[in-house]
Amino acid sequence: MKIIKNKTIVEDNWIILRLGEQQSPESVLIPDGKIIVPLQVWLQQREALLKRSELGVWLASDERAELLKDDVDKFSVIAVDFPKFSDGRSYSIAYNLRVRLGYTGELRAIGDVLRDQLFYMQRVGFDAFEPRPDRKIEDAIKGLSDFSEFYQKSVDQKLPLFRRVQRSRNPTSVRN
Amino acid sequence: MYRYDQYDYRIVRERVAQFSDQVRRRLSGELKEEEFMPLRLQNGLYMQIHGYMLRIAVPYGLISSEQMRMFAHIARQYDRGYGHFTTRQNIQFNWLKLQDVPSILADLASVEMHAIQTSGNCVRNITSDEFAGVAQDEVVDTRPYAEILRQWSTFHPEFAYLPRKFKIAISGAKEDRAAIYAHDIGLSVIKNAQGEIGFRVLVGGGLGRTPIIGVEISDFISWQHILTYVESILRVYNQYGRRDNKYKARIKILVKALGIDEFKRQVEEDWEHLKDGSGTLTTEEVDRVCSFFIDPAYERLPNDDSKLNEFKADSRSFSNWMLRNVLPHRQPGYAIVVLSMKKVGNVPGDATAEQMEVMAELADRYSFGELRITHKQNVVLADVRKKDLISLWQEATAHELTEPNFGLLTDIISCPGAEFCTLANARSIPLAKMIAERFENIDFQHDIGDISLNISGCMNACGQHHIGNIGITGVEKKDHEEWYQVSIGGSEGNESSLGKIIGPSFSFNQVPEVIDRLLQVYLRNRIETERFIDTVRRIGLAPFKDYVYAAELTEEEAVDDKHAVVPAQYDIPYYSPRF
Repeated sequence: MKIIKNKTIVEDNWIILRLGEQQSPESVLIPDGKIIVPLQVWLQQREALLKRSELGVWLASDERAELLKDDVDKFSVIAVDFPKFSDGRSYSIAYNLRVRLGYTGELRAIGDVLRDQLFYMQRVGFDAFEPRPDRKIEDAIKGLSDFSEFYQKSVDQKLPLFRRVQRSRNPTSVRN
Repeated sequence: MYRYDQYDYRIVRERVAQFSDQVRRRLSGELKEEEFMPLRLQNGLYMQIHGYMLRIAVPYGLISSEQMRMFAHIARQYDRGYGHFTTRQNIQFNWLKLQDVPSILADLASVEMHAIQTSGNCVRNITSDEFAGVAQDEVVDTRPYAEILRQWSTFHPEFAYLPRKFKIAISGAKEDRAAIYAHDIGLSVIKNAQGEIGFRVLVGGGLGRTPIIGVEISDFISWQHILTYVESILRVYNQYGRRDNKYKARIKILVKALGIDEFKRQVEEDWEHLKDGSGTLTTEEVDRVCSFFIDPAYERLPNDDSKLNEFKADSRSFSNWMLRNVLPHRQPGYAIVVLSMKKVGNVPGDATAEQMEVMAELADRYSFGELRITHKQNVVLADVRKKDLISLWQEATAHELTEPNFGLLTDIISCPGAEFCTLANARSIPLAKMIAERFENIDFQHDIGDISLNISGCMNACGQHHIGNIGITGVEKKDHEEWYQVSIGGSEGNESSLGKIIGPSFSFNQVPEVIDRLLQVYLRNRIETERFIDTVRRIGLAPFKDYVYAAELTEEEAVDDKHAVVPAQYDIPYYSPRF
């Protein structure tokens, strides 16, 4: 499968595990290989999962980054789900993972991920994106370059514009 | 006023390119309507009953004459020759074609304007006191802080998909003219005992279906920290605001559910991590933005002008206008002029392209080229020399801009209503017109004095009926007839209060008679110069209610077809949400 990672389209073989209705986080069997497990599975099967060489975890939009406190360095990838593109909680989850928990590894947006959200997602710390499969990934990647400038600080740019550049004053006013 | 630098220009131009491409993808079918909807809404583009409506941002209500002329151009070129000023100090055009919107945005960008975040579940246009910088009771000029907040909120990556829309208002005077108690965040810029500038922060106010007066979350946040404090409020709201029910999604519901103490605890827990960080405002930045809001080149003038008094004695219309629509200015010899968009017989808040051009011209000649849109849907010239008032009045009168009704009964706030809006249950504009016609007599209006009458076509409250001294709301009935609830006792400002419904609802044609009876009760009971709202507060609802329902209500002659709206013609299929 193709994803966008570090602003390029790459092949990717991580598999996202989503629980079926009959499955429970305590007992679900985790296949071998590169698996991104739901947060609840990680919380329930932590000891067994720690033995794996590579592991990913994903958070639903109603879960909190704080649940991974002290654990973020145990994952090769953390994904955050967008159940609907209009559900904006995952932007704050990403921000908290990066800023509050200091996570520096791959942060992947999954779910209802569309071209026009990518710019905002990138700003709050996502560096990998799985666009919705019915859309062309070549179109989606264009969303990353909609803007070349912005006002406020976030994860990608730690300083607001007013701390980064010399901006214009009113030319008709006298500096006091 | 604030002028764009290369960075502001770049951001707005890139926005035009981005949105133009989104429109292209919609027109080609690449984007489905349900996917395009949140994108167009982030850009103020609504699909109404008859056509697309574009709401253009007027940050804190302040515009230049050049920008006003651009509105006139848009009205002529792309619309039906008029525009509508809104209660959030913006302007909207009702009859646009989707394929024209990219050109309109490019035109707007050329005069430092845009439609960014004028709708959608994001931080909306920041509103403020329409008399900022000139009011006699001002403590701190709000405009620099409103501009700083505008920039901070523009394309904030984390807060573009909030549970619901988010409105911030700022006031900096002793009297609150920005309705800060009725906003998601209300800011009052103040000075503490040491003379340092800071913000009293209110949160969780709002109208809509569940009207709530905002509560204080902090009594003083010093100016350096205001952006990070607001950021923490939004972060808590973004994570915990309800998303399962759009009627319970505003921050007011979250604040109510948690209680202000717990909400504040969560906000300040988050803020601990931001405070003093890079988001902290700098003296240099505030100083830079303030440089755009220095006083214009006022002349030293005597405060009194004898010609004015002579002319007032000669002209009743002029003296009425002076009494209501000309307000004291903090600079001697200057006045604040309110140009009324509420001429009886016209649509409240509407201005024609010609009127816009006239107002731009008046601003250039008499008010340093600047104008302000007010939240009561009027236009202000803030810096007029008193000696120019007569000629200004004469010119403006020729274009129906001097109705002497500022703050009076016919200065009605009205939403667009069911003729335009898909949400409305009932028409608002024709009702506003009918009420204005009934109480047109200006002497009667001056006798009644200060009063506010606000009309919303549904409980979403775009016409702010909850904070009208008299509030009228279109309500849904099974028979699809138009029915209206009437409330009294609402008010904005320092003593904000929510109106109470007087009883069962009325038909369209009964409403003017209901208003008449409410006014009769007021006139019989008022003590000396007591205002309508004061009488309501003193004697309560009961005397009003008793009298309104005491006898059968007469109906005005039906006006059903008089204001019918002609639908637009579209080359590209337009699927009206209603028909």
